[in-house]
Amino acid sequence: MRHRKKTVKLGRTSAHRDALLSGLVCNLIAEKRITTTLAKARAARSMAEKMVTLGKRGTLADRRRAISLLRRKDRVAELFNDIAPGYAGRAGGYTRIIKVGRRMGDNAEQAILEWVDRAAVAPKKSTEENESATTAE
Amino acid sequence: MAQPKSKKSKSKTRSRKMSKHGELPIAVPCPECGAPRLTHRVCPSCGMYKGRQVVTIDAGE
Ligand SMILES: [Zn+2]
Repeated sequence: MRHRKKTVKLGRTSAHRDALLSGLVCNLIAEKRITTTLAKARAARSMAEKMVTLGKRGTLADRRRAISLLRRKDRVAELFNDIAPGYAGRAGGYTRIIKVGRRMGDNAEQAILEWVDRAAVAPKKSTEENESATTAE
Repeated sequence: MAQPKSKKSKSKTRSRKMSKHGELPIAVPCPECGAPRLTHRVCPSCGMYKGRQVVTIDAGE
């Protein structure tokens, strides 16, 4: 039975998993969207949402907790100063997972993890690129 | 030792295997470009999902 199994293990030891998740969330903070496997995206989403919650309250203790989990002061600063304030009016659901399809090689389901209301930068650019590419055809 | 009385026909073998066969994923036409696409996935040919450009697809000029 699946009772009380809260953690997705991702086939890793706890230290390996913590390092992986903090890396994924730090990359999400820096790049605004990341492409990874669906299982990793779901695990990283859980952590990212909790980090935004810390960032919205933003006390010194919250900042220290975020630094201890994410292991990068610069990423925590970006999260607390740029990303979290934008979600003041939103009660959770700060991230979005979009399924992309299966990866060549190991057939793993891929997904995009991105910030809600914030990904406008990257996809807009790609729309223009795609449109110009389609007209060029 | 007990032995099979006769060789199993192709039909018997194949219908047994087919009964174990999984269901194939359902492809639907993309509402943007009409190419076949899996449900709840980004369209692999135009990169759109829910009316939004999600992935840039190289047109291969
Ligand atoms: Zn399409």
